Amino acid sequence: MRDLSLHLMDIVQNSIVAMSTRISISIAAYLESDELKIIVEDNGKGMDNEMLKKVTDPFVTTRDTRKVGLGISLFKASAERSGGYLDITSEKGVGTTLEAVFKINNIDRPPLGDVADTIAGVLVSNESLHLALTLSRDDEMFSFDTEEVKKMLDGVPINEYEVLNWIKGYINEGINVTFGGVLNEINS
Amino acid sequence: MKSIAELEEIRKKALDKMGIRTNTEGYRVVVGMATCGIAAGARPVMNAFMEELNKRGIKNTSVTMTGCIGVCRLEPIVEVIDPDGNKTTYVKMNAEKAVRVVTEHIVNGRVCVDLTIGSEEKK
Repeated sequence: MRDLSLHLMDIVQNSIVAMSTRISISIAAYLESDELKIIVEDNGKGMDNEMLKKVTDPFVTTRDTRKVGLGISLFKASAERSGGYLDITSEKGVGTTLEAVFKINNIDRPPLGDVADTIAGVLVSNESLHLALTLSRDDEMFSFDTEEVKKMLDGVPINEYEVLNWIKGYINEGINVTFGGVLNEINS
Repeated sequence: MKSIAELEEIRKKALDKMGIRTNTEGYRVVVGMATCGIAAGARPVMNAFMEELNKRGIKNTSVTMTGCIGVCRLEPIVEVIDPDGNKTTYVKMNAEKAVRVVTEHIVNGRVCVDLTIGSEEKK
């Protein structure tokens, strides 16, 4: 994966396949500890302990069309390569929370990438999904919530082209305000 | 700074447009968006479809995502299903090819044979 937004897209797809109706994504920068923390929390069907233990193994997947499942293992490798870690907690019937931590100034940290495009991409074919995104940097915080958008839209589908375009612009602004000058790939 | 209140304007415009939307059954575009597809560049391909369809004012074609179709080495893969249910599988897609598929296949009904899985497998 070229950047973090593509990993995020991949992980969110896992949540959708696990029948989640609500997904919360948080991307937070902690300057003091030089950490970028990405958390994806869903209310999908969850995993039992046995599955949880082996889910980062690339030769484990729930699919039966092939024997490999690379999504989580690639994300984990990417986090560990840049001095961070990946952690998953899950409860069957309740949901799953994935946390990936990267060292911000580690040379091997992938760039953030186009998070707005990831969110819009997910919404294209999952218009009933409740998706929340929080971006934060120490005391600065930005949030986006599909429920607020849907309230404003009052029946107009969230995956209308113009709406998605607005969402992309809105999130991109949030990214610039929150991470500009903090992540070196984003200008302040 | 953008504000959520701007959505009101977008909502009105969208409602106007929806009034003239035709109800005829259109094409369906399905983009493979599993780990393999994403890593190979499926996201820009999906964007290109959305943009080209919007540019041409084609409203009755839906763009959706699916998981891994099973031939990861040929990703990004896009399936185009016509109104009669005939499915064409396009492989090794990119944004330029997506524009071509919209113009030739979805607008003019001519399958881009050279981009299909059948033609790729013959190589």
